[in-house]
Amino acid sequence: MANRAVQIGPAFWLSLTIAALILGSAAMLALRAESWALAPSDWAALRFTVWQASLSALISAALAIPTARALFRRRFPGRELLIRLLAAPFVLPVVVAVLGILSIFGRQGPLNAALVALGLPPLSIFGLHGVVLAHVFFNLPLATRMLLHGWQAIPSERFRLAQSLGLPASAQFLHVEWPMLRGQIPGILAVVFLICLTSFAVALTLGGGPKSSTLELAIYQALRFEFDLGRAALLATLQFVLCAAVTLASARLTLQQGFAAGLDRPLALRPPRGWRLAGDVLIIVLAAVFLLAPLLAVVVKGLPGLANLPNGLWEATLRSLVIALISAGVATAASLTLALAATRSRFMELAAMLPLAASSLVLGTGLFLALRPFVTPEAVALPVTILVNATLTLPFLVRLLLPEARQLQADYSRLTASLGLPPATVLRYVTLPRLARPLGYGAGLAAALSMGDLGVIALFAGDSGATLPLLVQRLMGAYRMTQAGAAALILVTLSFGLFWAFDRIGSRYADA
Amino acid sequence: MNTKLLAAGLAFLASPALAETPVLTVLTYDSFTPEWGPGPAIEKGFEATCGCDVQYVTAGDGAAVLARLKLEGAQSKADVVLGLDTNLTADATATGLFAPVAAQPNTLPVPFEDANFVPFDWGYFAFVYDNTKLTTPPKSMQELAASDLKIVIEDPRSSTPGLGLLMWVKAVYGDQAAQVWADLADNIVTVTPGWSEAYGMFLEGGADMVLSYTTSPAYHLIAENDASKSAALFDEGHYMQVEVAGKLAASQQPALADAFLAYLAGDEAQAALITTNWMYPAKTPAAGLPKGFETLIQPAKSLLMSAADAQGARGAAIEEWQTALSK
Repeated sequence: MANRAVQIGPAFWLSLTIAALILGSAAMLALRAESWALAPSDWAALRFTVWQASLSALISAALAIPTARALFRRRFPGRELLIRLLAAPFVLPVVVAVLGILSIFGRQGPLNAALVALGLPPLSIFGLHGVVLAHVFFNLPLATRMLLHGWQAIPSERFRLAQSLGLPASAQFLHVEWPMLRGQIPGILAVVFLICLTSFAVALTLGGGPKSSTLELAIYQALRFEFDLGRAALLATLQFVLCAAVTLASARLTLQQGFAAGLDRPLALRPPRGWRLAGDVLIIVLAAVFLLAPLLAVVVKGLPGLANLPNGLWEATLRSLVIALISAGVATAASLTLALAATRSRFMELAAMLPLAASSLVLGTGLFLALRPFVTPEAVALPVTILVNATLTLPFLVRLLLPEARQLQADYSRLTASLGLPPATVLRYVTLPRLARPLGYGAGLAAALSMGDLGVIALFAGDSGATLPLLVQRLMGAYRMTQAGAAALILVTLSFGLFWAFDRIGSRYADA
Repeated sequence: MNTKLLAAGLAFLASPALAETPVLTVLTYDSFTPEWGPGPAIEKGFEATCGCDVQYVTAGDGAAVLARLKLEGAQSKADVVLGLDTNLTADATATGLFAPVAAQPNTLPVPFEDANFVPFDWGYFAFVYDNTKLTTPPKSMQELAASDLKIVIEDPRSSTPGLGLLMWVKAVYGDQAAQVWADLADNIVTVTPGWSEAYGMFLEGGADMVLSYTTSPAYHLIAENDASKSAALFDEGHYMQVEVAGKLAASQQPALADAFLAYLAGDEAQAALITTNWMYPAKTPAAGLPKGFETLIQPAKSLLMSAADAQGARGAAIEEWQTALSK
């Protein structure tokens, strides 16, 4: 019993802090909203937010079905690497992806060059299609991995049975594969929809005007352009209600970890040949080009700029590294505490999931309103960014840890209790070694996400004090594309590097 | 060892006080301070006489500068705010953050009476295009709206040119402004937060025309010997911009701020502004304008709302603009 009290103690205070932070921000915002009347442009932002998120979710899921199916039934050199790369967009800084997308699909990019050469009018990247394109770039890989998991979870006997019964391909799809899809698709749609609801950096860089402004962007503009605190508070309240409603509505859907490792199994049966083979090849090639071309463009555009780095680059890099490391540390420690406690208390799990209802700009605006009477926003830009990043990555980390924490609890809790081991000893010799793998992976995710985050920092940073993603965005805005490319290359290298390093440390520790 | 460190630390802490160089902080827009902008020359020129250190702080375009100032309020470290225009001065005065300043002689084409601000340059808004690609530019906002031309404009909430365009459409079309914006909507490639982003995008080939100034082609002509940029002359007239600077009431360096504003309105700074900010000077130097400025278009009609009218029209005009472009 004493043991239990010691372990619940910090988790209890932690969950109260999270609840206070999220619900306190929401209450703060609701109180500061001076009027509840939405202007037509606010309605437009709400409509656009929901519309682009719906389109992004539908298109990502629709394209993921043939892509995942092709990857499931084909074996080719580089398949393993391609599947690994599908996890990359999750830790890819948004500004870097936008820079890559602009260089492929922008006015000066190869796509428009081809269109013009064919005598067709060039396409503009700005607006709804640019925003959806970027969101599909980020979420198609996630959806594909989730579906690939689904396909691999279908018992191979079913495929063999269907084949021995001589079912045609269409009937096999309908009776063997469709039930899996029907189970998976709603969860995938919900995840992508929720991610796109809080899109800020994409709308900031590719939105292009009032027609395609998300609520997150409108909050930022109300604060930074108009300094209209009442309107910012109203929009943030709206965003919170929207995200909370969607989170609650989708809570019942079982969501798979689309970014977990281990995706290879022997083929259950001979894949179809003929036009289906050609189709699969085409799909895989197109998906690979769509995902890799922007990344390649960042490298190609960034390399020449490395000789002429912009002013303030190293300060910004240092700032981003500090943010990434501290928020990864805080998020990892907090998620471990909560995940261990959540094995015994539903309340802890709920508290850990609470940040899903908030967004970067919602929390940022709440903190902005709360802190402004006492300090200038610039002075607290770094601590606030760390706090918001750590909080927003918490649900992902707790979800990663929870299954293994439950396992640990089931296997060892009696054993450690009967030995009467003190909590520190349990943590050191029992818990940490067994949870090292998800902890390392989670710390890597948190570090990479915080490294690349462009949200709350845009609200708080002044003229100086930019982080690396903010610097990339400002250089892009100033059309200093070579310098932006170089800074983006450094950013993406550090993000992936941090992720890889933490993941590696976790695996090493687990194996040792 | 420890005492040495301590001494070094104390010396470091004390050094700003020992140096006794007063710092004048100027809050301005982002295209003022780059090496090609007016910032370095103005800083160098003023520092030569003031025995002070001029430091610039930027916050996006002109309208965002005002938002930034409201955010910082009386805690702002700025002594001088540079780069608002007369569409914003009434709103700026209403914050109560500005202190009255001495009037400076000017040669503006319109009377200027605002006790809180000193005008430092002025210009006409215009759509700038590449005359090697576009041979028959539109002659009015409606002609532009009816064309297939792609334009890039600035956000009126954060940028003074963006706000100027809003007032321009309002001044010419009045109640029909919403319709003009609805017609313009399909011409607008993107709305940028500030002038630098928009102009940069235009130069990169991202649009056929960009909202800038009748004086912008002079930069290409004089600094780059490139005559390929022109401003489109609209028969209905062009909206004017008078850019101003003011002193903050909470400034710790009021005398320095006054001296800076006087310097800004003086011959040396005025001459520098012509070929760095690429605007007409608030007070034309005795030598006149540089060669090349005579090639610029001259609007037959100039439009400008009073500061009070602009303040009254701004909120509704922004809402109208947002609504028209949201459809």
